Amino acid sequence: MTTTALDLTADVVIVGGGPAGTWAALTAAAAGADVLLLDKGYCGTSGPTASGGTGVWYVQPEPAAREKAMASREALGGHLQDRRWMARVLDQTYENMNRLEAEARYPFPVVDGVVHKRGLQGPEYMRRMRSWIKRAGVRILDHSPATELLVDPTGTVAGVRGHRRQHNTDYRVRASAVVLATGGCAFLSKALGCDVATGDGALYAAEAGAAMSGMEFSNSYAIAPAFTSVTKTAYYGFATFFHGDGTPLAGAGSQGGRSVIAKELLRTGTVLCQIDHATPEQQALMRSGQPNFFLTFDRLGINPFTDKFPVTLLLEGTVRGTGGIQIVDDDCATSVPGLYAAGDAATRELICGGFTGGGSHNSAWAMSSGTWAGGGAARFAAALGSSAAKRRLTGTGGVAVRPTGGRPFDGDPWAEAQDVLRRQVHPYDKNYLRHGDRLRPALTELDELWQRLRAGASADPAGTPRLRQAAAMVAHARWMYTSALARTESRGMARRQEYPDLDPAQHRRLTVGGLDELWVRPESLLAPRPELAVA
Amino acid sequence: MIEVVSASRCVTCDVCIAVCPTDVFDRGADGVPVIARQSDCQTCFMCEAHCPADALFVAPLTHPAPPGSPLRDEDHVTDTGLLGSYRKELGWGRGRKSGARTAVGPELGRARITPAPAQGE
Repeated sequence: MTTTALDLTADVVIVGGGPAGTWAALTAAAAGADVLLLDKGYCGTSGPTASGGTGVWYVQPEPAAREKAMASREALGGHLQDRRWMARVLDQTYENMNRLEAEARYPFPVVDGVVHKRGLQGPEYMRRMRSWIKRAGVRILDHSPATELLVDPTGTVAGVRGHRRQHNTDYRVRASAVVLATGGCAFLSKALGCDVATGDGALYAAEAGAAMSGMEFSNSYAIAPAFTSVTKTAYYGFATFFHGDGTPLAGAGSQGGRSVIAKELLRTGTVLCQIDHATPEQQALMRSGQPNFFLTFDRLGINPFTDKFPVTLLLEGTVRGTGGIQIVDDDCATSVPGLYAAGDAATRELICGGFTGGGSHNSAWAMSSGTWAGGGAARFAAALGSSAAKRRLTGTGGVAVRPTGGRPFDGDPWAEAQDVLRRQVHPYDKNYLRHGDRLRPALTELDELWQRLRAGASADPAGTPRLRQAAAMVAHARWMYTSALARTESRGMARRQEYPDLDPAQHRRLTVGGLDELWVRPESLLAPRPELAVA
Repeated sequence: MIEVVSASRCVTCDVCIAVCPTDVFDRGADGVPVIARQSDCQTCFMCEAHCPADALFVAPLTHPAPPGSPLRDEDHVTDTGLLGSYRKELGWGRGRKSGARTAVGPELGRARITPAPAQGE
């Protein structure tokens, strides 16, 4: 079927309609830019925030409270954070949350006469963000996955190409600046709301010439009742875990004991759980706090407080890891002119280091980095002016768009990619409990699959987005394992079984990149902190 | 995964077709949505939350409910009050108070670690 491609123009294009993308759109529109937001699903329901909800790193602007908030997570994150960035995020998050109340009329709870802003209910938050950006004049194209970035002859990002899946037509957008807010990558694990997070933006950024940072911090796994999607780990802090025979699983816990759960699941396939240390009052607060936590239990007829139910760990990859596209300035610009990154698509090491442990910091990062990226993109577009309309556009897409030739792909690339990712990335003994002896062969198989995809995989327009997602996940996994192998120590969540200790000589971030040939290099050593002496 | 589309409740507004992030539904000839790509369903419950007629039910499983499962039975999920229960808890719909207004969870302290069983237990 021949379809006429939709040809659009915008000052700023936002790819991704979760919290980072909507805050970017709002800020760019407020700066006077003509903004187009593209969502592969639906802006307002796509992604882990909309379906999951989130805590927020909202701290009153009091020096002591701010200091405590920043200091509390530095050791967990392996001292890879940057205090200046943490302070910026706390300031911006405070401002944005107050705007949500005043301008978007988000119905925050009131506790003892004080408005409680330490969390956001996902469906309500993202529904309001959608209507807010529409009021601000942002155009939204839903069900319109981007498939590649377009560049001008100097390599400056100048637009996006993609496909409208409910209209079966391709589109092209000529733009002065692009913000990637495509989320992290959870490898289709069915973790709550995460199947749209397939790392697409990281692939597109790499094809345009950007690098990744912190990709070794990508082995986040969340607790969920077995065979379900509800990965909300916070309330398991009140739980006891058991072997399949009902005896206690010593050392297991939602924080600081999750690897015990992983080992038992590897060994026997069964871990049981009972949320038996919550008082009746706490139980009631859980239900009003996060009603979606109970969807699974209510519908399966489980009383989580009195029944022992089986649990599993679902891969959340870089959604709750911290790795992502490297950013180079305060506007969340990437190293590629005209290209910005925000939210989980970008590295969160600047505020989290190598560990997040929950949505609170990631949600603060999403709304802050989105605000900065949207503002930066609008300024870049304004500076470019009308000359943007005259540029010659070239697609940067490689894998699954422009095969290099040689051998056509033998088999179904989508099915094969899913199979390899299930065997080499999902398993706890590969990506969670990491050891070089298991990472190296896994990386080899991923590399081989990549070479075959690169040479011969292609699809018709309707099938291209899915194939690009498969390729993006394979690329993501290769960056993850390449970085994981380069960090020969245990820091943050990037732990290596054969290197169990922190190595002060590796107190630096790792940059990784490349597509056909990967490279990894350390950033310069960070200034030592006194805590390191005793770490 | 999405299991039930109630033809009797559906008002053929197409909202679920629009809001499903993974494009699971197609519009049927009679306007009632059809579960066209169930394997793409990520069990996020968003279609159910946005359905103005409480016509959708998402089973909490990440695989299809087996034949004969009550989670596929419209009468069962209606009679037990499960149909529409998420939307009710969110406080969405006419005359309801937003659930976000009362969404305050318990204070979270340090997560509990399961202790070893006592000797002789």
